Amino acid sequence: MAQGESQTDGTLTVERAIANLRGDDLGLRVYAAWWLGRFRVNEPEAVTVLIEALSDEADRTEAGGYPLRRNAARALGKLGDRRAVSPLTESLKCTDFYVREAAAQSLEMLGDPVCVPALVALLQDEVPGTLPSPEQPDFIQPYDSLLEALGTLQAADAIPLIKSFLEHPIERVRYAAARALYQLTPDPNEASQYGDVLVQALSGRDLQLRRAALADLGAIGYLGAADAIAETLAENSLKLIALKGLLEHAMQQSEGDTLPPEAVRVMQLMDALL
Amino acid sequence: MTNTQPQVLIRAVQDADSPLKLIKAVNALAEAHHPEAIPTLLEVLGYNNPGAAVAAVDGLVQLGDMAVEPLLKHLDGHNYTARAWGVRALAGIGHPSGLETLLTTLKTDFAMSVRRAAARGLGNIRWQEMPESDRPAAQAAAMETLLVASQDGEWIVRYAAIAALHALATALSDPKAIAHIQAGWQQQLQVEETLAVQARIRLAQQSLHSHTPSDGTPEGDWYATLERLYHRKSEERPMAEGDPRKFREVAASLSARYNAE
Repeated sequence: MAQGESQTDGTLTVERAIANLRGDDLGLRVYAAWWLGRFRVNEPEAVTVLIEALSDEADRTEAGGYPLRRNAARALGKLGDRRAVSPLTESLKCTDFYVREAAAQSLEMLGDPVCVPALVALLQDEVPGTLPSPEQPDFIQPYDSLLEALGTLQAADAIPLIKSFLEHPIERVRYAAARALYQLTPDPNEASQYGDVLVQALSGRDLQLRRAALADLGAIGYLGAADAIAETLAENSLKLIALKGLLEHAMQQSEGDTLPPEAVRVMQLMDALL
Repeated sequence: MTNTQPQVLIRAVQDADSPLKLIKAVNALAEAHHPEAIPTLLEVLGYNNPGAAVAAVDGLVQLGDMAVEPLLKHLDGHNYTARAWGVRALAGIGHPSGLETLLTTLKTDFAMSVRRAAARGLGNIRWQEMPESDRPAAQAAAMETLLVASQDGEWIVRYAAIAALHALATALSDPKAIAHIQAGWQQQLQVEETLAVQARIRLAQQSLHSHTPSDGTPEGDWYATLERLYHRKSEERPMAEGDPRKFREVAASLSARYNAE
């Protein structure tokens, strides 16, 4: 599908996008980086130019940000080429908060745990020269993205550090910690206590936070959350996506052709939300 | 039910001077379950206020069949947002005269959430209320459109189409048509990439299988038909429009946000 779409998008071709990314027009470069990720152009040449763009110096915002680097970092996560792991790990030291955030998210997607020590160092705010988020100066590091990456990358050694973020003043960060701990805790009973932190978030007052919790629960596939997801106050579309995550998790756990009862229950909830 | 005069509630909707007041007024009007509210509820669908529209859809679904004709008239050529909400209301009501609109919407609408609702509506149609002579052709049209929608580019539309085919199959009496649907599912399982949609196909297959007669005797057929009826009945939920009332607070806070920005 990705390739098909890239053929039919009349504005760019793969060759054109790669050429634009190497060109001088900053607007075209930033757009080409986004485009290569959007249409998942997983070609060696595309990966190469995007990796080069991670050290771009030409494109700067007034606040000192690196828009092209951000887009390149985001695109590389979508292309699934392990060559990007080391340069993205290097990008975790970038002064620009959003480059670090994009790098952490993409490293999570690429799934190579070799970057774990660098993620831990950043989570502990031990990387000199990194600047906080321009919008939220007390948000020094992209904590939520770092925590989520550590959970997905199965960084069990980081559990004590991650636990300390369960008390973080920012709710989104607490949820990310709960999500990671759910993924890192092998005992289902103990894990469910972290899943329940996210279930609690579904009854919070802030819609954005409920949406974030929905996304987290879908990502970890916590079946104990099914009914709470169906009942939370949010758009049906988002609830359906979260329940899809639960359903697919249940299906992956099951053997052979049998439909587990939890899966049937989730589908009943989904049917009622269509 | 409330004792408040519909005119007073309608006036409150017309006079609302903030999105939040509008949502509250539409909620009150919808909850009055009064036929006189229909034109106002229809008008609200076009206000570009999601919270109010959800409440209006809910009110129209509650009013049921008497809202169908005005809805169909109103849908004709109106602005897109209003149409999309109107389709949701029709899908929730399940009256057979909504069939054509639901078919066209499922085939042509560009928004996946609207196609999703239209598919669901096709699974929700009360076929038994359609003249028996019209039924086979209408069900065949729904079946074909849903089979095509099972190949939609969006997983949620495919999922909704499967769920609707499942409901349709339990309502069908022609074994050939049921077999046609089952063959479609079997084919789709070969190519379907989304695990959630695969699971929904298997659920439909399983539950249909357990309701199919195995011996072919008249007693068996009779029993199977009864089973299917019970099954279908158990699937009909009076508040099936995804319980729109659960949206209200969210929509209200959304509108408040937009208003503040």
